[in-house]
Amino acid sequence: MKPGRAYLQKLGGPGLTLMALALLATFPLYASVYSMTLLTDILMFVVLALSWALFSAPTGYISLAPAAFFGVGIYTSAILGRQWPLLLTIALGGAISFCLALLVGALTLRLKGIYFAMFTFGLVELIKHFWLWFEIRFTGTRGRFVAVVDQQTIYFTMLASFVLLLLTTHLIRRSRWGLALRSIGECEEAAAHIGVNVNALKTITFAISAIFMGAAGAIIATRWTYVDPYIAFNPLYSFMAVLMALFGGMGHPYGPVLGAAIFAYLEEVLLTRFPYYYMLIFGVVLIITVLYLPEGLIGLMMRIRRRVVGGPDAPA
Amino acid sequence: MPLLEGKGVTRYFGGLAAVQHVDFYVDPGEIVGLIGPNGAGKTTLFNLISGALVPQSGTIRLKGENITGLKPHVICHKGIARTFQLVRVFPNMSVLENVLMGVLFGKPDGYDRKQARKDAEKWLDFVGLSAVKDWPARSLTLVNQKRLEVARALATGPELLLLDELMAGLNPTEVAQTMELVCRIREQGITIFMVEHVMKAIMGICDRIMVLHHGEKIAEGTPQEIANNRTVIEVYLGE
Repeated sequence: MKPGRAYLQKLGGPGLTLMALALLATFPLYASVYSMTLLTDILMFVVLALSWALFSAPTGYISLAPAAFFGVGIYTSAILGRQWPLLLTIALGGAISFCLALLVGALTLRLKGIYFAMFTFGLVELIKHFWLWFEIRFTGTRGRFVAVVDQQTIYFTMLASFVLLLLTTHLIRRSRWGLALRSIGECEEAAAHIGVNVNALKTITFAISAIFMGAAGAIIATRWTYVDPYIAFNPLYSFMAVLMALFGGMGHPYGPVLGAAIFAYLEEVLLTRFPYYYMLIFGVVLIITVLYLPEGLIGLMMRIRRRVVGGPDAPA
Repeated sequence: MPLLEGKGVTRYFGGLAAVQHVDFYVDPGEIVGLIGPNGAGKTTLFNLISGALVPQSGTIRLKGENITGLKPHVICHKGIARTFQLVRVFPNMSVLENVLMGVLFGKPDGYDRKQARKDAEKWLDFVGLSAVKDWPARSLTLVNQKRLEVARALATGPELLLLDELMAGLNPTEVAQTMELVCRIREQGITIFMVEHVMKAIMGICDRIMVLHHGEKIAEGTPQEIANNRTVIEVYLGE
């Protein structure tokens, strides 16, 4: 590769990211309220998919727990949103999710493969039913109203948590921590034998990813105005996070971002334009992705780029 | 004081005694061989030493310190590294990254990144893989993957290296090269405990050999003594 191009690429990555972020930050100035709420939704899914990928992409542990941490955030907002300032509520939503993930991770990250996936799926159901029982038994309510916040504030807090998550992902990937997470995905036993404290590393990373899921829940709850355990702990959010990350591709941090953005937008368009066929079209897109794009959109883009500009791994 | 010492080390799998009341020691600077028929418990013994398995009874000491039942990463930090019978490199990482992992995590304290890279390259050079350092580990041949595992283990800075069937599956030229590599590792001041089936290799380079059969130690001595030991010959060849 020519040195000039390498330099441009080095500059191009962060440059493009900053430009996109600047565009997102000024978006409410010129966009309609509808597009702002749509973008908030998209950002929420981006945060879910990217935080899921933060732990699951390098380690290969498929977690179906995002909905649990997301729901914890939602209920933090529902219970404390009226008395506490918004930012504190969001931070607490993240903190409680972190603690829960730490506990769950310490107990279950010894489980491998499908067992871990099943447990995390069960966790969502467990918390949902426990919370339903608790609310009816002790507080005498089934659902709660959430303190409403204006759309612009919601948008900016969601954007801020996305930026923080992007930064966290980047820092972890670049450090020896990121290398160790990959080594766990590649061969956990060998990683342990060359000095990686695999259980501690898995648990803490799992918990950090949960912070952002909890924060996203705490933010979005303020727009939903009413929540009950079935809404808050909906396993669909777990599956969405996983599917979006797979759709986008996990070989690069922008994969889940891209996947979630396109997926969430597609959902909105299909739901409004083809309300009767939307699930069907959705399913077809998914099947095509899994069959023909095993490395997701980002994998496809990288392959095309290699073919166009060449490079060390260019196909002959 | 021996570098590594085991007393009455025992591990059952269900009702089967995989390793039973085995006493052993490895002195600093030695190359000790561990042999025995398939299923004798050699790899299990290695797993017990490296922390992959916990013994049900008995103690294992490193330089007098009890390390029985510690986690694998702690045992690695204390100075025991190992390779695996079936190679376990990180297939999608580059050869250099594989070794870098050993440098970065082999000792509990932090590491300067530039120095770490230099150290990793030094070990790659030591095992003769410098030319392929940017290749993904999965693209290496078996013998080179085994060398990579050795380099990764050495990068953790061990005092004792456990080699589990390093020569298995190699052709005669590769066996000779690998024997030479093992001797060079010893010259670095690293003690070696190795499981091996290739008799020529083990007889040629070991100072002392230990024989396991059905989980029990049946003989121990110099290669010459082992080669002439009646029990060992019966176990291997039948009566």
